[in-house]
Amino acid sequence: MSFLMVVAVLAGVMFGVGALCAVYRIIRGPSILDRALAADVMLAIAICALGAEMAINRHTDTLPVLLVLAMFAIVGSISIARFMSKQDAA
Amino acid sequence: MNEIVAGILILLSAFLSMAAGIGIVRFPDVLSRLHASTKPQILGVAAICVAIWLLNPSWGVASTLILVLGFQMMTQPMTAHMIGRAAYRTEYVRADLLIADEIADAVDAASAAEAADAADAAEAAEAAAESRSPDTPGGPANS
Repeated sequence: MSFLMVVAVLAGVMFGVGALCAVYRIIRGPSILDRALAADVMLAIAICALGAEMAINRHTDTLPVLLVLAMFAIVGSISIARFMSKQDAA
Repeated sequence: MNEIVAGILILLSAFLSMAAGIGIVRFPDVLSRLHASTKPQILGVAAICVAIWLLNPSWGVASTLILVLGFQMMTQPMTAHMIGRAAYRTEYVRADLLIADEIADAVDAASAAEAADAADAAEAAEAAAESRSPDTPGGPANS
């Protein structure tokens, strides 16, 4: 078992724990801001996981996906934060 | 050698992702969760980008990775700023956890200035009404 395979297993477990925590916060989150934040974390974890897979398997097929995710990461949270008002805070 | 450095960077990124997840579950309010969540979004993505480049060292890959990292570094602080602002405005910030609330001073000063302006305007309107009213109905006396 090569070094990168060990890294892949460990990193997969850690990414999984992070993503599950983010999902828990999306479900439970008391306000919409917590949910937007957790969705953002989820997106960052997705970028990191796709990149880790690319690095470990030594290909660059999903690099455009990474670029698009990084470009559109801004849209969701900023629009939620911008157009949120006091009455629809849940 | 490259493999080992890249593996360590991948592990760093994975650890930061896990820490962010645990942080947003454990921390009590939006601002502290914001603090936990912004770590993998910059340092984690940077580590992954370096790892990808170490294992696929070519200029095309490098330029795309620089774009990815640049977009993340431009947009994530804006997102965090907007979420923090909205949280403050909608009172999802727990004031008892803050050590110093510097924006409260600014808000107080702004509302005090607004009140003073309103008082000045009311006074001026009153004065204008008085100067017009006495014994010359229909306009200023010396016109």
